[in-house]
Amino acid sequence: MDYFVVGYYALLIGGSCLAAYFQQRSAFLLLFTLTLVSFVVGIVGGQGALWTITVIAALLALAAGTSYAWREFLVTISGTETAKAFRTMPLTASFGLFVIFTYAVMGIFAPVIAPYGEAEVIGGAFDPPDENLLLGGDQLGRDMFSRIVYGARNTVGLALVATTLAFVMGAVAGLLAAVKGGWFDQFMGRFADVIMSIPSIIFALLMLSIFGANLYVLVIVIAIIYSPRVFRLTRAVAGNVVVMDYIEAAKLRGEGTGYLIRREILPNSTAPLVAEYGLEFCFVFLLLAGLSFLGLGIQPPTADWGSMVRDNATLISFEDPTPLIPAAAIALLTVAVNFVVDWMLYRSSGLKD
Amino acid sequence: MGDVVSLVAKRLGLGLVTLLVISILIFFAVELLPGTVAEAVLGQGATPENVAALEAKMGLNDPAPVRYLSWLAGAVTGDFGVSLISEERVAEKIGPRFANTLFLAAYAAVIAVPISIILGVIVALLRNSIFDRVANVVTLTFISSPEFFLAYILILYFAVKTGMFPPNSTLQSDMTFNELIYRTFLPALTMVLVVMAHMMRMTRAAIINLLSSPYIEMARLKGVSPWSVIVHHALPNAWAPIINVVALNLAYLITGVVLVEVVFVYPGIGQLLVDSVQKRDFPVVQACCLIFAATFILLNLAADVGSILTNPRLRHPK
Repeated sequence: MDYFVVGYYALLIGGSCLAAYFQQRSAFLLLFTLTLVSFVVGIVGGQGALWTITVIAALLALAAGTSYAWREFLVTISGTETAKAFRTMPLTASFGLFVIFTYAVMGIFAPVIAPYGEAEVIGGAFDPPDENLLLGGDQLGRDMFSRIVYGARNTVGLALVATTLAFVMGAVAGLLAAVKGGWFDQFMGRFADVIMSIPSIIFALLMLSIFGANLYVLVIVIAIIYSPRVFRLTRAVAGNVVVMDYIEAAKLRGEGTGYLIRREILPNSTAPLVAEYGLEFCFVFLLLAGLSFLGLGIQPPTADWGSMVRDNATLISFEDPTPLIPAAAIALLTVAVNFVVDWMLYRSSGLKD
Repeated sequence: MGDVVSLVAKRLGLGLVTLLVISILIFFAVELLPGTVAEAVLGQGATPENVAALEAKMGLNDPAPVRYLSWLAGAVTGDFGVSLISEERVAEKIGPRFANTLFLAAYAAVIAVPISIILGVIVALLRNSIFDRVANVVTLTFISSPEFFLAYILILYFAVKTGMFPPNSTLQSDMTFNELIYRTFLPALTMVLVVMAHMMRMTRAAIINLLSSPYIEMARLKGVSPWSVIVHHALPNAWAPIINVVALNLAYLITGVVLVEVVFVYPGIGQLLVDSVQKRDFPVVQACCLIFAATFILLNLAADVGSILTNPRLRHPK
């Protein structure tokens, strides 16, 4: 019996007893379940597994602490109205905002943060990490760390452009369909049905095989694939607004379609649309990552997270987890956006269940 | 019953029309190619004679609608023409690989479906407890991770560090069933993780939606035991959403397989599609896309028909 194991269980059981004494029901449940799980995992996986659990718990605690501090920071610097919203924000959403902020800083100031250029060859292939190369070299001897930093700019930037295009296309079509109705509405609806009945990655592969993998094709194809989702949502949301009396009044005043959309419909349907933009970004980002991973996305030598994983995958068979960092970066940003979207949907729907 | 039959027939007809439209889209997308297919295949070094010869061989001199009809007629009878690169028959290339892909998807589904539905129902019953929140965060993390991230983590731990499973899933024809199950365990597990997260969330949402309906509250208020509320009141109406969830996720399995197959070098149709896209082997790409789209549409169709058939309101019309 090691001191670590004794201390581990003493801490967990002591924690659950304290939680039970102070009637913190959920904390007790969590801690005690963790104790029971640790019994099983500890017997199966030995001490190493317990260490893994400890590290994960410490990371979670660190994330929770950061999110808490970040929320307080946001509350302090923002005005009264927004501060109210931030104060009731769950920790997960605060964590999401923090991650998004970090990625934005990394992407915008990439040339300042990265020690080397993204295509600069520094050392030999797969050089081990040292004080010069923080995470070692990649398959051509470029600095892995710099490429990850630049990846924040390239990968996320491209996903943002594609999402925005998809969103604008879908939203404009949806708003026009809701206001105009008639054959335009019918036609766009059927068109959206057809696009949505093809699996997105298959459609993207078909189009890329025909037009070749370049950035413009990629952005346009992804916009076409994902705009039907936005179209449907906008059509549904705007459809509910269009039947209101104030729209009728505006029409009788003789206002044009542009005015109706800009001044009457949009202000009343922003909340679900903003949430949809976040969700849409996640889909686009994951699809782009998948395509880059297959070698059909952003082309070398531009640094990109998806293709970095593929190019350096051989390192994994030498027990080196470095190639997983860009993949983890993709996952982390997607999780973060999802957390924020969840919070916004919760706020806009007013659902309490 | 007349209502149900006409509804199902209508839905089937709509599915068939969608499939037809998609086949048109897949065929004519290749026509959008700048220049002709022959030029694209031969590349830079093409002489006019070469191009003309290849065009004649591929039957490109016929007008497009005629070629579409003969392609469609071939596709319906399982003949997708000849590969541009290897000159094999596309159908022979695809056949065994499609079987492999279906095997992998079925393997993942057999594990994922029962576990995730049971977990989804449990999480729905425990909603707003600490378990529910933890499950929410964990499933969200799995959904947000790219498939290749999960796949490489599994390879790192189960193949490289502990050596429990092989890191790639190349198949030989003389493998026994047990060996097959063993070699394809990691790709199947990757897909199980992703699909399980989706299914749990969807099952949870469906069950919670159901439990908040007035007739369940009525049953509770009149003093029916919680167990009986679930089995006798909630379950008959829960079949439709659950069937929907299963079918939608099977559709997801069939298409999500592409990346997983590439990571594990599994000889399935997804890997063939990616290879052919890189080599611009259009007949193979078209055939793969059509098969994927058809499977996707059929499963969605099954979801709709299933939920129509299990809907008590439609089965017992007033």
